[in-house]
Amino acid sequence: MKNIFLRAALITVLLLALTFLFDSFRNYQLAVIAATFCTVAGLSLLIGLTGQLSLGHAVLMASGGYGYALSAGPAADAGVDGSALVLIGILGAIMLSGAVGTLLGLASARLRGPYLAGLTLALVIALPAFASQLRILGGEQGLSAPYVAVPELLQSFIAPEQWHAWIAVLIAALTVTPLAVMRAGRAGLRMRAVHGDETAARLSGVVPGRVKVGAFIASSLAAGMGGAALCIITQSVTPGGYDLAFSLLLLVAAVVGGLGSISGAAVGSALIVLLPWLIDTAISAADISSALQHRLSGNLTLLIFGILVIVVTIMWPGGLAGAVQSRFVRRRRRRTRTADKPEHATTS
Amino acid sequence: METFVFLFATGVSRGLVIALFALSLVIIWRAARIINFAQAAMAIVAVFVAFTVVGLTGSYWAGLIAALATGALLGAIIERGLIRRVPHVTPLPGMIVAIGLVMVLQAGLGILFGPEHRPVQAPFSESPFVVAGIPVLSPYDLFVLVVALAVLVGLGLLFNRSTLGLQLRASAVAPEVSRLLGVRVPRMVTIGWMLSASVAALAALLLVPTELGLSAHSADILFVQAFTVAVLGGLDSPIGALLGGLIVGVLITMVTGYLGAGYAPLAVLALLTAVLLIRPGGIFALKEARTA
Repeated sequence: MKNIFLRAALITVLLLALTFLFDSFRNYQLAVIAATFCTVAGLSLLIGLTGQLSLGHAVLMASGGYGYALSAGPAADAGVDGSALVLIGILGAIMLSGAVGTLLGLASARLRGPYLAGLTLALVIALPAFASQLRILGGEQGLSAPYVAVPELLQSFIAPEQWHAWIAVLIAALTVTPLAVMRAGRAGLRMRAVHGDETAARLSGVVPGRVKVGAFIASSLAAGMGGAALCIITQSVTPGGYDLAFSLLLLVAAVVGGLGSISGAAVGSALIVLLPWLIDTAISAADISSALQHRLSGNLTLLIFGILVIVVTIMWPGGLAGAVQSRFVRRRRRRTRTADKPEHATTS
Repeated sequence: METFVFLFATGVSRGLVIALFALSLVIIWRAARIINFAQAAMAIVAVFVAFTVVGLTGSYWAGLIAALATGALLGAIIERGLIRRVPHVTPLPGMIVAIGLVMVLQAGLGILFGPEHRPVQAPFSESPFVVAGIPVLSPYDLFVLVVALAVLVGLGLLFNRSTLGLQLRASAVAPEVSRLLGVRVPRMVTIGWMLSASVAALAALLLVPTELGLSAHSADILFVQAFTVAVLGGLDSPIGALLGGLIVGVLITMVTGYLGAGYAPLAVLALLTAVLLIRPGGIFALKEARTA
């Protein structure tokens, strides 16, 4: 447990220090990765530990974003600013995403694999259409969130993008550390038990429904925090941004990184933010006709992600994190085996 | 009243297409006990092939046959080449691979054909007959109706009255016992996939002329509606798929007609939630094993 906090603190300080080396666009990317990381870590734990496949985490992330915008907007109008504004916004994000997550979680406890996936799929298709109809959610344009300025004390050496990266990294640290603690502790054990064999878990005094709902709510809150962070960075939340494609992208990050792994979620989040940008840069630099460029942009990334998901699921079910880890374990085992050999020779 | 009759008639024709697609989900569930999340993408690939064939030959019927054949071929390739290699201990890896497949197929179509919606001509007129001053069904709706009913009856006969149907059902319910009795279970699973993908391709082909046009995402909504129908009717029940399809089709057109298109997905979501919460196995489903 102490280890987790230590590691989280170290990584956070390291990332905050790194922002000084980055230009403003790199810092923006870091902030987006951190925001995505919140959501992906929650989704990865949900799928990997309890086996509940949610295709609707974009909706939960969106509800975090709307919760932030709906509470921070009026607060900014009332004259609140700085950290109080961010805190009020995050509180709103937690409340809205928690409410949506609880409703979904209650449904999820009664449903098995494909049914939950189908329900969340219907949700992610329905809600953007619904949100664009509602005036309180700003319709198609969505809502804009107040700009969070750099505090006066730090203004001389921190740029706005860097400040937003700081906020996003801190939010990610505050979101993912509890998830990691939960995963390592009793709750994580219960989730694995429910995933492994529900009847056996029930015989051991674990209530599967309660565990599933709890896991879903924890995951929804993480998604909501991610949505809030993204809303701070981009200063807006739109229904179009949280469509089915984005939801599938979150799933790609969780699967490719390794289901149930926190470090895998970090790798996956970096991948889904950086790879599309890299590929688009490569496409626009490539010497091909603009019509072909238009067709390739977006689709090529999607193609690569699709292939990655299939290959990873079939070849390395543990994801990239699992593949690296098993290689590490194998090497260590080999090393211990060679160390054991002389001993065996003497005993025989 | 006039609007109601018109919407009801349109809803029935739309509902039959949804029922047909839902039936493809039922077939694959009966054959392999999985829900194929890539069904819509596979169907749309077949429709694109049909579209190309129609463009080359000028014959709608050649396109229809091409769609059916492509569906079957795609089903066989994907089952043999991909799904068979996925660990089957839990349904999770299969679902994830199917979603990966959706991304691959849709991206491939996007690269080959571009993002724009292509208009698709229906083989029959789409202007409705007028009965007693009320516009009712169009010739194309009637065509959809006839095809859908014929396929539903044909599949019912295949599953309930033929040896192949018996083998298909047996290998899904008890693969080990079926194998002992001489049923080639892997072959039955492949046949299930081929049948299912063909039916899905047919449903998508029938749907496309009534929609905006053909694009890689044309059947996404159809999949969600058909999933709702399959759950509503129970994944085991073809009759359930038919009735559920009609209910959902009429519901969608009514909601679209009276409230607006933005509310149709919400109505589907509400219906799906209600069914899953009241009776998770579906209304017409067989009883599953007790867990508590």
